[in-house]
Amino acid sequence: MISPQLHAIVPMLSVTLAALACMTWEAFRDKSEPDQMPVGALGIVGLIGAGISAAFLWNGNAASFGVVSGDNFGLFVTLVLVVVGILTIMFSSQVITRDGIPAGEYYTLILFAIAGMIMMATANDLLVIFIALEVLSLAVYVLTGIRREDPRAIEAAFKYFLLGAFSSAFFLYGIAFTFGLSGSTHLDRVGSYLAAQSLSDNPLILVALGLLLVGFAFKISAVPFHMWTPDAYEGAPAIVTGFMSTGVKAAAFAAFARVFLSSFEPFSADWAPIVWVIAAATMILGTVVGVAQSNLKRMLAYSSIAHGGYLLVGLVAANEVGKAAILFYLAAYAITNLAAFGVIALLGARDRGNDELRDYAGLWQSHPALAGLMTVCLLSLGGIPPTAGFIGKWYIFSAAVSAGYYGLAVIGVLTSVISVFFYLRVVVMMYMQERGTEAPRIHVSAVSMTALSLSIAAIFYLGILPAQVLNLAAQSIATIF
Amino acid sequence: MLPVVGALLLVFVGNGDGRRNALVRWITLIVSVAVFAVTLAMWAAFNPGSPEFQLVERVPWIPAFGIDYYVGVDGISLLLIVLTGFLTPIAVLSSWIGIEKKVKEFCIFLLLLEAAMIGVFISLDLFLFYVFWDAMLVPMYFLIGIWGYDQRIYAAIKFMLYTMAGSVLMLIAILGLAYLHNAATGTYSFDLLKLYTLDIAPRTQFWFFLAFAVAFAIKVPLFPFHTWLPDAHVQAPTAGSVILAGVLLKMGTYGLVRFAFPLFPEAATYFAPWIAVLAVIGIIYGALVAMVQPDMKKLVAYSSVSHLGFVVLGICAMNVNGMQGAVYQMLAHGVSTGGLFLIVGMLSDRRHTRLISEFGGLKAVMPRLTAAFMIITLASIGLPGLNGFIGEFLIMLGAFRWDPRYVVAAGLGVILSAVYMLWMFQRVYYGKVTHGENTTLPDLLPHEWGSVIPLCAIAVVMGVFPTLFLKPMEPAVTRVVERLQNTQTLRVSNDARNAKFKMQTRSEVK
Repeated sequence: MISPQLHAIVPMLSVTLAALACMTWEAFRDKSEPDQMPVGALGIVGLIGAGISAAFLWNGNAASFGVVSGDNFGLFVTLVLVVVGILTIMFSSQVITRDGIPAGEYYTLILFAIAGMIMMATANDLLVIFIALEVLSLAVYVLTGIRREDPRAIEAAFKYFLLGAFSSAFFLYGIAFTFGLSGSTHLDRVGSYLAAQSLSDNPLILVALGLLLVGFAFKISAVPFHMWTPDAYEGAPAIVTGFMSTGVKAAAFAAFARVFLSSFEPFSADWAPIVWVIAAATMILGTVVGVAQSNLKRMLAYSSIAHGGYLLVGLVAANEVGKAAILFYLAAYAITNLAAFGVIALLGARDRGNDELRDYAGLWQSHPALAGLMTVCLLSLGGIPPTAGFIGKWYIFSAAVSAGYYGLAVIGVLTSVISVFFYLRVVVMMYMQERGTEAPRIHVSAVSMTALSLSIAAIFYLGILPAQVLNLAAQSIATIF
Repeated sequence: MLPVVGALLLVFVGNGDGRRNALVRWITLIVSVAVFAVTLAMWAAFNPGSPEFQLVERVPWIPAFGIDYYVGVDGISLLLIVLTGFLTPIAVLSSWIGIEKKVKEFCIFLLLLEAAMIGVFISLDLFLFYVFWDAMLVPMYFLIGIWGYDQRIYAAIKFMLYTMAGSVLMLIAILGLAYLHNAATGTYSFDLLKLYTLDIAPRTQFWFFLAFAVAFAIKVPLFPFHTWLPDAHVQAPTAGSVILAGVLLKMGTYGLVRFAFPLFPEAATYFAPWIAVLAVIGIIYGALVAMVQPDMKKLVAYSSVSHLGFVVLGICAMNVNGMQGAVYQMLAHGVSTGGLFLIVGMLSDRRHTRLISEFGGLKAVMPRLTAAFMIITLASIGLPGLNGFIGEFLIMLGAFRWDPRYVVAAGLGVILSAVYMLWMFQRVYYGKVTHGENTTLPDLLPHEWGSVIPLCAIAVVMGVFPTLFLKPMEPAVTRVVERLQNTQTLRVSNDARNAKFKMQTRSEVK
């Protein structure tokens, strides 16, 4: 029916079409009607379409125009992104009505961002990765500042935009060098060119490598390129923060892994020590600074930096286990973190975020269900069994151990103990402190509750019966590396 | 067979109704008694003559990494499971009145804790073991943090972080072991029995043993790692203290017996004297600190440090007597210290203070409670005919065969334990009633009878019929000890081989 050339981009197309439909719907919608869910529902339909098509493409190794490849690696990340998208939209339905965010624009931007992320995860060409990066970044910049009346949101968006543009320039420069060296931006050709080179002949390779590394490190907010993260995460609406910290990170990591573990694999002995240091610094800084935060969003921002560090451990290990571990960890982390931000978003109010730590005092008394769900998310982020986060961490560290990086594994586990400390602070607040003032009653809509229950079910599923998904992850890496 | 326990718990979680506290309490009690019955049934089904693991269940869990849901019991873990099953209903009873807020949640956490504890004891797969080991922290954390006394949050976090800090390093060692297994045989495996057969280089053993031993030493707690224990014990609600002292601490010593020593026999032989020194320091230090505590709960907590020192000493002796004594002492300490915390909890529920100076002359007011406390106290001191004696005696015997110097120091600990326990007993129960409010305190209530009688009874039974408990564990203990002693002899021949190897290399250099 469709030309085979198009197969690999069907998931992307599906999401893009949904985005266009949302835009059109918004243009012709009866503005007096307050219910905005149908717009979001359109998006969910598009995302489910993307998910189904990704499932059909599984094991198919479709390729479109030579630059987008529907291999299992990309499809796995696509599926994660689809889940991220669906959950985000479900959480958003209630939040954006409350905050008066224009629904059509909001959903359109979310969907375009996801389309960009899927493209980034499946792209096979440096230039396409760059275009995808820009598509998703532009959408996310706007989403960060979508609450125009809030000065903090504006500041966050502006900071994010400036530094993001800066990093894009680095990335583009890196592509230019790579092209200059190898005469191609296609990853396979770059790879086969590099395989025949040595660093002593061609020191410029190091420049290209370094510039690309900086570009990616910005996007995954690895130390020392993490400066924008806490501000952007704190200023953006909570649900957008959740979206950014999971979707953007997943897409950027997918591309990062693809570029560095396939094309630049021949030089892994040169970049692995650098990434080792970055990973260690990221884990340590993310957790240690996270301890000092009193704002929950800011704290989770640092925690997400730390989680980026754990993912980098998988990248350094660079063996079979490590590559599969990255994928599994992405899935586990995405669901957990998004659900945590979902709870934060639900607890907020239009005029105030309610995201200071002390706002959570006595949450157990006023909203036992939300407190319980939040606890599960936090325990999963802290890596305590039987949750998804534990299996993810275990997988990452077993990769490090089997590659002989005991030092990195030790840093990893110790920082995760420190991180448990600040996750527990929230739990302490929720369960063991009394709230001074009367807590505002918050009505949680059925849609949001469904989304939360689904994520919690997924957290426990991945934590207790991970074999299925671990197998999928292992299959995914078999095709490209 | 055992997953039934977990299933029961989950059913309960669905049934709980916050408004009907009495119902919830009864359900919890019935469930926990049923679990106890199951553990007894296991004992009945257990063949005491065999050192092998029995009642084994094995279901693939994460096949790609050779991780199985692999459980089974031998004589050592069987008895500890029975202990767990025994103490949980008592803990439920101990919170019958003391816990008033959030009863349902309390019961859920208590039962989850029990499930995780049993899980720790039955796991034969290291990964599964670690999952239970860490999962157990969460309910305990909530028990201390929500229902504890005024310093509870600090205590809960300290407990959690201390234990986790130790256990994550163990996780690395576990991963390392699986990796070594992969290197040796081509497949990953977390199967304890397979990992026993691995031949691990001494240097690796050194580090892995250290990682395991630190994790367990924190849990025991061995002397320099013990600081979390007084806080956690004192701040925990009575049920929490009973479980903590009765079962959780045993996980550390169980871990040493089951994992750290047999997995890394050479490193264990190397470290044993050092650990034994720490254990002896713990015995004496714990006793001395206990002596000067104004707070009864703290006193009992430090006495645990001292008693667990004995257990570790017995393990380090690495002979059958010492090991058996250690396991026996684990059980005995679970019963007697559980009982002490229980009765101290009863007093503090009545008076809302745990200071010894606030009491005095209670014998006249509550003779029955006094009698019960007397029995448990004597059991804790190690009076012959009660449970504490057998374990301590066997440990001393074992240690004496190993190195008499330790026994001298440990004997001092026995005397000191009599000093601090009896002194406390005297100050609380004898003399005149010095505080007016103490005159009207009620004696044992019906539900308290329910928890005190089994404890006293079992203390006597364990003291009079030790064979009942020693027999099922004997083959398992012997197996562990044989494994350790084999390596000791092996190491001697290794040394010879190494020396030869060195000479060869030297001659080659020449």
